[in-house]
Amino acid sequence: MDSSLFLSQLLNGVQLGVLLFLLSSGLTLIFGIMNFINLAHGSLYMVGAFIGAAAFNASGSFVFAVMAGMLASAAVGLLLEHGIARPLYRYDHLYQVLATFGLMMFFNELAIVIFGSRPYYAGIPDYLSGAVTVFGSPYPVYRILIIVVGILVAVGAWYLIQKTRFGMLIRAGASNSNMVSVLGVNIDLLKKLLFMLGAALAGLAGALAGPILSVQSGMGEPVLILALVVIVVGGIGSIRGALVAAMIIAIIDTLGRAYMPQLLAPFMVPTSANAVGPALASMLIYILMALVLAFKPDGILAPRKR
Amino acid sequence: MMDRLKNGVWLIPLLFLVLACIPFIADALGEPFYITFFARVLIYALAACALNIILGFAGLVSFGHALFIGLGCYAVGILGFFDISNGWLQLLAALAVCALVALFVGTVCLRTSGIGFIMITLAFAQMFYFLMVSMTMFGGDDGLNIFMPSDFGFFELSGSREVYWATWAVLLLLTIFLFRFRKSPFGLVLRATHLNPRRVNALGYSVFKVQLAAYILSGMITGVAGFLLANLTAFASPSYMSWHMSGELIVMLVIGGLGTVTGPIFGSIIYLVMEEVFKGITQHWMLLMGPLIVIIAMLTRNGVDFMKLLRINTNPSEGVDRADETKPAAAGDAS
Repeated sequence: MDSSLFLSQLLNGVQLGVLLFLLSSGLTLIFGIMNFINLAHGSLYMVGAFIGAAAFNASGSFVFAVMAGMLASAAVGLLLEHGIARPLYRYDHLYQVLATFGLMMFFNELAIVIFGSRPYYAGIPDYLSGAVTVFGSPYPVYRILIIVVGILVAVGAWYLIQKTRFGMLIRAGASNSNMVSVLGVNIDLLKKLLFMLGAALAGLAGALAGPILSVQSGMGEPVLILALVVIVVGGIGSIRGALVAAMIIAIIDTLGRAYMPQLLAPFMVPTSANAVGPALASMLIYILMALVLAFKPDGILAPRKR
Repeated sequence: MMDRLKNGVWLIPLLFLVLACIPFIADALGEPFYITFFARVLIYALAACALNIILGFAGLVSFGHALFIGLGCYAVGILGFFDISNGWLQLLAALAVCALVALFVGTVCLRTSGIGFIMITLAFAQMFYFLMVSMTMFGGDDGLNIFMPSDFGFFELSGSREVYWATWAVLLLLTIFLFRFRKSPFGLVLRATHLNPRRVNALGYSVFKVQLAAYILSGMITGVAGFLLANLTAFASPSYMSWHMSGELIVMLVIGGLGTVTGPIFGSIIYLVMEEVFKGITQHWMLLMGPLIVIIAMLTRNGVDFMKLLRINTNPSEGVDRADETKPAAAGDAS
């Protein structure tokens, strides 16, 4: 195995992990405090990607594009929270799943109506398009930027949750939201802000991912499924679990896809290794999920509930 | 006589009589398309009835039931690929594979409940979806054409009409089965696990085993729907396993009423007819369907029962039905 190739695959894994963390942290917080399962989270990611790409193509400013993507997702998130999520908080998960499934259909089709069904071009500025040498091999600057942004957001989220009053209320709300409400905190406002925060993070992930993935209708679904696996593995409601699980899942998935055929080669004839390898690689993370659930049904870092 | 009419026992023969007339009406109108369309409706109805066993009776929201439709399809597709067109063999393979996969998936999924169950069933369905996408040998993303219809010896599923009648017969048998199943000892215990699992355990039943048995049964029947769908479309594709399919099945079930006997059939008729109408209006029909699903969710969460609005009794019953008298607790009240 070539070690510099291995390292750049590892960095690709970390970069996917960062995107997954941005998505799943919002999803897990929204579930943890509001008991709400939001399948339309993938649509918020898509909104971020489309608006980010359109804003960049219109203005040429990358910072503005990312901001626009985040703001658009947060605004859509606010509308969703107010119109659809809020009336469903108290009800069975079945209806939450159904309503957000309908929303997802709507947003996917809306994206086709507005931007067409072919992938929409998302560019990056010149100063981010080069490559730098990492561990002796060239690696795109843009992907490093994603990793750095992810680390900053993770640190920011940790600070917000652990060190601020808002974070304290979120943690209290996750344990017992009725009690927090009785103590005179405007829990409705708290939920609204949290939903918008989750939506903004999804939009950030979308705006960042746009230039390296194809921006098109339905792009949110594969990552949403991965994010669901992440929060199940990490422990539903735990942001720390989401971080750890996002990294584990992304690295295993990336390395599996890159190396599975080679790993199988000694045991099989080459043609079947090439056929079975990708198939097995695509199943790896689900097998991991099944194993985690078999030993720890609540996930690896489940929050303690009272 | 009046009582029987009132509690809807006559609805079942009436419904199936009407469904039996459809091929003849389609012929009279000279529109063979209607036979294909209603064959698809009945296949979805079959899958929705199967999903009803686990979602309606046991209250477990499986968001991955398209998995079993896909497995049923590929049982026909892959055996056909190896020149095996014996329908009995294909059906047996579909049932066996679905039972095995349901045993494995169910054992893992049923370790969790509520939200975890939803996400994990979804994730497993996606796992098989990606598995079939990466199996380039069997067509991968493009799917697998099926050149030989399933051959049962005395008849072949060679066209829409044959598939229609086969589905009609299977659905009739399933409806009669479910009518009795609801009030069978197993059915009552299964429905009780939804109302109060702790008490069911205390009575000496294993909630896990009861739910797992129901999940396997449900998976196998859904597999039969997949088997029929493969014959109708002469095609097996990973898209049959996609979560859109799973979601649509849940919508049909919710329209028809959870845990009812004939509800899923009405639900799938209503859903697919609406879809067809929307497709006639615009090619972007999902723009209309999506919000409609949201509205359906918003209405039914408060206990709106579309079948009651249409004055259709989807729960034909004779005698007292004890388990109906208690409503399942709302999500917030559990534990």
